[in-house]
This record gives sequence, C-alpha cells and structure tokens, in this order.
Amino acid sequence: MAEINREEVAHLARLAHIDMNAEELDRMAGELAVIVDSIKRVSEVAGDEIPATSHPIPLSNVYREDVVGETLTNEEALSGAPDNADGRFKVPAILDGE
Amino acid sequence: MTELIRLSAAALAQKLGSKEVSAVEATQAHLDRIAAVDGGDDGVHAFLHVNTDEALAVAAGVDKARANSEKLHPLAGVPIAVKDLIVTKGQPTTAGSKILEGWHSPYDATVIRRLRAAGMPILGKTNLDEFAMGSSTEHSAYGPTRNPWDLDRIPGGSGGGSAAAVAAFEAPLALGTDTGGSIRQPGAVTGTVGVKPTYGGVSRYGAIAMASSLDQIGPVSRTVLDSALLHEVIGGHDPNDSTSLTDSLGALVEAARLGNVEGMRIGVIKELQGEGYQAGVLTRFGESLELLRGAGAQIVEVSCPNFDYALGAYYLIMPSEASSNLAKYDGVRFGLRVVPEGAPTIERVMGATRAAGFGDEVKRRIILGTYALSAGYYDAYYGSAQKVRTLIQRDFDAAFKQADVLISPTAPTTAFKLGEKLDDPLAMYLNDVATIPANMAGVPGLSLPGGLADEDGLPVGIQLLAPAREDARLYRVGAVLESLLEASWGGPLLDRAPALRVAAPNPEAADRVETSTAGGTN
Repeated sequence: MAEINREEVAHLARLAHIDMNAEELDRMAGELAVIVDSIKRVSEVAGDEIPATSHPIPLSNVYREDVVGETLTNEEALSGAPDNADGRFKVPAILDGE
Repeated sequence: MTELIRLSAAALAQKLGSKEVSAVEATQAHLDRIAAVDGGDDGVHAFLHVNTDEALAVAAGVDKARANSEKLHPLAGVPIAVKDLIVTKGQPTTAGSKILEGWHSPYDATVIRRLRAAGMPILGKTNLDEFAMGSSTEHSAYGPTRNPWDLDRIPGGSGGGSAAAVAAFEAPLALGTDTGGSIRQPGAVTGTVGVKPTYGGVSRYGAIAMASSLDQIGPVSRTVLDSALLHEVIGGHDPNDSTSLTDSLGALVEAARLGNVEGMRIGVIKELQGEGYQAGVLTRFGESLELLRGAGAQIVEVSCPNFDYALGAYYLIMPSEASSNLAKYDGVRFGLRVVPEGAPTIERVMGATRAAGFGDEVKRRIILGTYALSAGYYDAYYGSAQKVRTLIQRDFDAAFKQADVLISPTAPTTAFKLGEKLDDPLAMYLNDVATIPANMAGVPGLSLPGGLADEDGLPVGIQLLAPAREDARLYRVGAVLESLLEASWGGPLLDRAPALRVAAPNPEAADRVETSTAGGTN
C-alpha cells in the first residue's frame, strides 16, 4: 500500500476543503504516516471470501408514509446561518471573476 | 452520606415521590454544587453551559404537578446533564468545537424530548472532545475537563464531561455518546457507570454524527440501577432514526434488581488482557472474576482473535464516516463562516472556515478518512476494514455460544496526566482498544467501577458485553458485581474520592445554598 506523504496530505486537504499551512502539512504528514502504518494490517486478514459488513445490525430499507411530517419553519431553518437574504441562505460567489 | 447530591437517582426519585424533597430543592442543590466545584482554574470544568433558569422552571412544574396529584414519571424531578453533542432547544450546542460556537439547534434530539416528557430538569451541557473525537476531553476547543479523583488527570473521553459531572456529584445522571468507548472509558477512569446500548436501541436522532454506523447514545450514572432507569427513559423505537430497532428493550430495571448470577456463563476475553494492561487494572479485574465465581457464575475463557485488528479497522471506518459527516460544516447553513481577504469564492471561504473552526484531531481524522475513501485505496483500506468488521462479529458470535456475557477491563490503564498523550495520537487511540469491538459489532457494553489500582490509587473499570438486544444481561450481572464489590469496600467507590475544593458561594446565592443543604439532610 502506498505511504502517505506531504504532497498527498496537501491534495487531501484541498479535497476536504481545509486550508493548511506548510508547518501543518509537515506535522500532519508525519502523524498520519505513523497512523496509516499501524492500521494497514487490516488487509492481512481481509480475504476475498469474507463478506463486508457496513452496518452492525442488518436492517432492510425503512419507509414511511408519504405525508408531510414535522418540519422546520423557514425562520428556524435559517436561524443558525451565518448569512441569509429573502428567506434563503446567502453565500459568497460560486465562480471567480465576472 | 445523606446529602442530596450524593443520593443515587433511584434514591432521589423515591424522596421526590414521597414529597420528602422537592424537585426545586434537588435541582438547586446540583446547581449549587456546579457553582462550587466546576469553575475556576482548578475546577472540574465538566459543563460548557449551565441551564439554571429552565432547569428550575421544569423542577417547579414537577413540584406543582405532584402537589396536584398528577401522574408523574418515576424519575420526574431528577436532574440530568447532557453531553454537548446532543442537540437541545433553548441551550447552545457546540459539539466541543469552535465551528459551532454559539449555535442553537432549532429542534430537540429524541432523547431530549423523552427527558422532557419524563419531567427531568436538564442541568446543562457537558464538555467533550471536539465532535467526540478523543479519549481525554483535551481535544475540546473549550479546554479540558479534569478528573475529580485527581484534577491533574484526564477524565477520559470523549464524554469526560458527563462522567466527571456524575463523579463530582454535580448531577446524578448524564447522557453520553459512544462511538468507540466514549461512554465506557470515561466511566472507567472516573469510577462511574456508563452503558453503550445495542446499536439502534436508543435513537440517534439529534446526536451530532461522528461515525453513523458506530455512534450510540447511552446512560451515565453512579450506579448500575440508575443507568437501567435512564436507559428505559431514552430507549425504544423512534421513526426519526431509520436505524432504530423496533424490538422491545427488554426489562432492564427488572434485570438490575434481579440480584443473582447463579449458573450464568461469563467469558473472559483472552485477547483483552495481558500486554499493555496496567498491573493494578489486571489485579482488580481478577478480583471481580473471583467475586462472580463466588456468586455462582461459571467463568470460562473465550478467544476473539480478530479483536487484534479491531483498532486498525476502527481507525479506517470511523474517519471515513466522520469525513463525510463533517462535510456539512462549510459556513453556509450553520456555524462559523470565515471570509478571507479580497472577494473570495465559496470554495476559499469553506477552506478558511474549516481551517479556523476545526481543531487538530478533527482535521487529522477528516484527512485520514478522505485518504481511506480515495480511489485506489478504497478496497485496500475501507473495504478491508469492513471485512474485519465481519470477522469481529463472527468472533462475538462464537464467544456468545460459550458464554452469556463477556468480561474484560474497560481500559488498559487508569487515568493518565493531562497532556501526557496529547502529542502522540496513536498512544491516545490505544485507550479504546477494549471498547472498540462492541461498536464494530453493535453489541451492548457496560462499564462499572472495579476498585482502585494499587500503584496509583485511581479507579479501574470492568467492562461487560452482551449479545445484540440482550442489554438486560449487562444490568443483571453488573448490579450483582457492583453489590459484591461495594460490600467488599464497605460502600460505593466514590466515597473514597478526595473531597473537591469548594468555591465560596457568592453572597446572593448564600441563602439558596443553606436552604438546599437543609433540604438534603434528612
């Protein structure tokens, strides 16, 4: 399995939308290398014949009647937002320029 | 020890029911205790928010209803603390993170609705590692909680606030959440009781998600019976949680009151002892086995070889799910927004917001999870971890053919010093080595005090594990072991905890303190 290095951490941080400075990237890469090294043993016992478990207690899909239940009011939904206007969430520009 | 705050929830409920004590007196006594021991530079710091007015109003409502002979829940008027990962109307919910500082939920978690329906005053919100990620509460953005047994030591984590609140007599009961041991390990190191119910046995609706397939809300208390009482309040099916079980919980309180373990087979897990376990932990563990044997239980040894891979699999599955669950903190719908210089796009705002709002451990786990889910690594990491999960379940299945209940130490060591493991993430992760398998398999687990380690005089935890949906067995065995241990100690373990320094009450509060003390010396 590939090792985790500084370049990889920088790429992952971009994917995860977390700005990191040079010092953080160095530290994170060092710590994660140790952690990844200790957990990669899992593939030793994970043979092809073993099924995967995603959920501890097997359940089938859960449905409900298609009727309106308890919902938040517009005001409640916006109550924790950093910014809002006209009853909607207000966000900075999605695209650069223009 | 007849002081109000030292009563168990069951004993307090009885005094409330017989009108010997009012709910306002009981609630005020705990609020006074919080004021006396929680604040200041060397306070316990179990609470992030104290809910004084609402708690007293709810208590007054219970007293009025009782005066009118209305039918009340047996725990009506018994106050409770709530881990700040569970959303509550009327109080802030921070998850121990700066990214949610000052945020108020527009709705209540299902467990909170059930507490309100039972008439239980909520004393406040308790401290935790940020987003429940940690084993010491040192990853809280609001400073660590201190262990009431030794204020220089960790109270465990992530639910160190709830465990410390109960251990310091700031609350008789608390709610916790357990993803890899966050209820049980704090219970172990603070000399208190904590239960992780069967996955799906208590609704997760309104618990801020870390790893959805592992997270579970559960009770925190000083006695096994008290946890059973609280478990029955919060448990049971909830249509708002699609993973909520429709089965009955079982007769938990009845099991805790049964008082015998004769003929029960109790399995000692070979892999959860020996190397890495502190000597004093193993000595106390051995004594508990002897007490159970003396009470007529049959002690057998079971082997769960794949538990050796549980920690590794957990640190792939948990961060993978966490990285996905925490994607919603992006500065749009709730919480912090940091806008960098210039006219930034939303993408730069997200990057700056998450950089400023998340602490180191949260960032570590998000990056690790993003890595484990990346194309090219997915099969090797996440896929393998899910297979290990199957192997752990098979180990449990085989073990439960030989034993009705399994037993192990809850944590490999007693409470360590604040700061001791903060710079070594892997050493921190190892604290959960004995508690993680239960979350991986969805089975219930309970930790109860097993005594004090000889080398440091600090609490040791004993963990019991039962098959899924058999939570009642934990309470049956736990209550028997607790009574045997307490008989051998001559009283509850917490009687041996050092007295906490009590802050001088402010003059305005002086009258109230006297009133509540008088009310408590019955």
